[in-house]
Amino acid sequence: MASILAVDDSASMRQMVAFTLKGAGFDVKEAADGVAALAEAKRRKYDLVLSDVNMPNMNGIELVKELRQLPDYKFVPVLMLTTESAGDVKMQGKQAGATGWIVKPFNPEQLLSTIKRVLG
Amino acid sequence: MSIDLSQFHQVFFEESFEGLDAMESELLNLSPDSVDAETVNTIFRAAHSIKGGAGTFGFVQISEFTHDVETLLDEIRSGQRALTQTHVDLFLQTVDCLRAMMTSLNDGDQPDMTRAGELKQQLKAILAGQQPVVSSASGADDGAASNGSGGGAGVDEAEQDESASPRGWKIRFVPALDILQTGNEPFRMFRELQGLTETPIEVLVNQSALPEFSALEPEQCYLSWTIRVYGEVAEADLRAVFEWVEDDCQIDYIPLGQESESDQEGDAVVATELQAAADSTDETANKAADEVANATAVEDTVVTDTAKAEPTVDACSVVAEVAAPTAASANSSANNSAAAKAKPSRGGDNSSIRVSIDKVDSLINMVGELVITQSMLGQLGQDFDLSRLARLQEGLAQLEQNTRELQESVMKIRMMPISFAFSRFPRLVRDLGTQLGKKVNLVMLGENTELDKTVMEKIGDPLVHLVRNSLDHGLETTEKRKAAGKPESGTITLNAFHQGGNIVIEVKDDGAGLNEDKILAKAKQRGLVPAEASLTSEEIHQLIFLPGFSTADQVSDISGRGVGMDVVRRNINELNGTIEVKSQRGTGSTFVIRLPLTLAILDGQLVKVCNQTYIFPLVSIVESIQLQKQKLNNISGSQPVMKLRDEYIPILRLDRVFNLRRAGDDFDDPMLVVVEGDNEKIGIVVDDLLGQQQVVIKSLEQNYQKVAGVSGATILGDGTVALIIDISGIGKKLEARTSTSGPDKAA
Repeated sequence: MASILAVDDSASMRQMVAFTLKGAGFDVKEAADGVAALAEAKRRKYDLVLSDVNMPNMNGIELVKELRQLPDYKFVPVLMLTTESAGDVKMQGKQAGATGWIVKPFNPEQLLSTIKRVLG
Repeated sequence: MSIDLSQFHQVFFEESFEGLDAMESELLNLSPDSVDAETVNTIFRAAHSIKGGAGTFGFVQISEFTHDVETLLDEIRSGQRALTQTHVDLFLQTVDCLRAMMTSLNDGDQPDMTRAGELKQQLKAILAGQQPVVSSASGADDGAASNGSGGGAGVDEAEQDESASPRGWKIRFVPALDILQTGNEPFRMFRELQGLTETPIEVLVNQSALPEFSALEPEQCYLSWTIRVYGEVAEADLRAVFEWVEDDCQIDYIPLGQESESDQEGDAVVATELQAAADSTDETANKAADEVANATAVEDTVVTDTAKAEPTVDACSVVAEVAAPTAASANSSANNSAAAKAKPSRGGDNSSIRVSIDKVDSLINMVGELVITQSMLGQLGQDFDLSRLARLQEGLAQLEQNTRELQESVMKIRMMPISFAFSRFPRLVRDLGTQLGKKVNLVMLGENTELDKTVMEKIGDPLVHLVRNSLDHGLETTEKRKAAGKPESGTITLNAFHQGGNIVIEVKDDGAGLNEDKILAKAKQRGLVPAEASLTSEEIHQLIFLPGFSTADQVSDISGRGVGMDVVRRNINELNGTIEVKSQRGTGSTFVIRLPLTLAILDGQLVKVCNQTYIFPLVSIVESIQLQKQKLNNISGSQPVMKLRDEYIPILRLDRVFNLRRAGDDFDDPMLVVVEGDNEKIGIVVDDLLGQQQVVIKSLEQNYQKVAGVSGATILGDGTVALIIDISGIGKKLEARTSTSGPDKAA
């Protein structure tokens, strides 16, 4: 099954995301910020990265930029979890190389359907 | 698949409380004169996380309330609005309000929204007052998101209305050249489009933009497509498929039957099958091939999915069962809500500790070693003969080491940095300072000093009392300080550090210091010291810890809550700790608290009385001396005291206290252990001093009942139970004895 790297500084969000995705059979690894996520991504190639935007140390936008520098992650889908209703964060994400976004709050069903859209 | 989100609530509350604490402490760091961007960012991030989590986990009240806070913070963060003190105060109030709301929700109650309503109005007033660039789009988008339409990706409802063509759509899709580099694959979109309808879709590729092979960049996408989707599909659904790329790709949606001539021509270029289309770029080709392979495997996946469904259901029901008692306790706590309101408790009974992974890993590691040792010993024991004695001893030594390491690691899990107890003070000092009109600097040192969680919880209130006291009585008013040539703002220093197996916490102020004359006069007036007594400065300082002592001329609501220093001292003594005060007139006072690192383990002195073993806390022992048998006989009497150097100390015979029967005669070669509790020395007569060792304290109260003079029990290496003596408790027994003056005569 596809592997997913879930990045969020909020433990509850991360657990919810991981629980949902694991329940659907995905292989999920959690990371608490961009720095940890980048280290994990370098260790192993994931099929999809799911990242919060607002995080300490390295935020989601910087994370996407860094990921796109890695040969393994040139084409890997990266989805941003964002509460920003304003369009500029979405655009910043896109410019950094994010594939798309999921708007918080979302429920587990919405999360799964979006992930399945991307991973097929 | 439906997931019970309530299982994440506990974590959400914990992190939200932490977030609120962080907001509070950062807000206190914030000054309108010099706004630190990172500080504002941290505050924003905390509010933002709380809002996001609250929305996800269904706490609409919280997320709605936090929304306005977040908006204002965002304006400040982005420089659209200048920060004022009013903002900071308002934010601090919202933190309080959010905390109260969360506490109610955590207890299973509905939060009281009146306060939130008031604050929301104030926020709205500020937001409306000076119209910055509040994007109107933000409002619209929020609506869509909270309506939850369209698979997590906000889709404008307006578009949904003008939807629905009965026959189908033709879509012209010209992707951006670098579309693949954002992880967006055209193939995914085609697959999604196919998912919208039963009838097979038609995909025609346009290769006209393909450059010469030599000029071809394999990572670029030169192709464009025309897709025909047949059936009743809403335009909004089509748009949702392309939502992530609509801004940088050219996409036209044309209802079938409305195509113009030119559209028809456009299709004529090159038409191939989907698979062939994908061949054109390397990357797409590889992926497409994978997809085809995956597609054949789809059925298998579906089967395994349903097979997995059952265990998942089981897991859910287990979670539900576990959750049930929690709900019950939530109910019971709801019943007690009147009492609970008085002191907002966080977490209640099901409190948890956050432990770093490192600590857990080292534990697991050690358990692994323990298992190895155990299996080694087990093997040795199966056919043991004396030739293997050396190995046995080696194994036992290893076991001892494992056990000690395990004990240390487990203790470490309970250790938390004292910043948890300190964190409330910046706010407390700020509010109190404002209330009293005193300027105060708070300095906190040694915040990373670790302390047992239980000790931490119990030391909180005494510390608050000490700090309030320092602020209220210790620090002078600004005028007095000026007159005394001191800096205008007073300083209160909280310092924590380790010292010889204890943790020391100091509360220091640079105020007026203790007024010795006043204290002595008051003590004499209350009959706490004889009228003619002359005491040293230090002795006078200790008087403030006596019950019934309060020098405040007028009881204020800050430190004069009927709780005196005696209660502070009693609370600290209950933790096996001590408190003392150092003070110098004019320069300030320092309260020094000494606490054991943990309550679960005690450094004990084992003593023998008759054939029983008792344990004295090592910290309370002043000295131990040989006692001549004759002297012991001489000191029997109704009020046995003994002159030890220049002091008369009361003597207590432990065998009499516990009514022990002696096999032979009286004490053979008695020892006198001089202990100190409640600032009183007592000599306790015992038969013998045994070793000193750390003992694990078992509660008598929980297993039997409270016994005066005994603080607990422990199990010794040989399996016998030894009682741990409560020094101040046994001192009271002595008082009771001497006042009745009966039983001692039996000697």
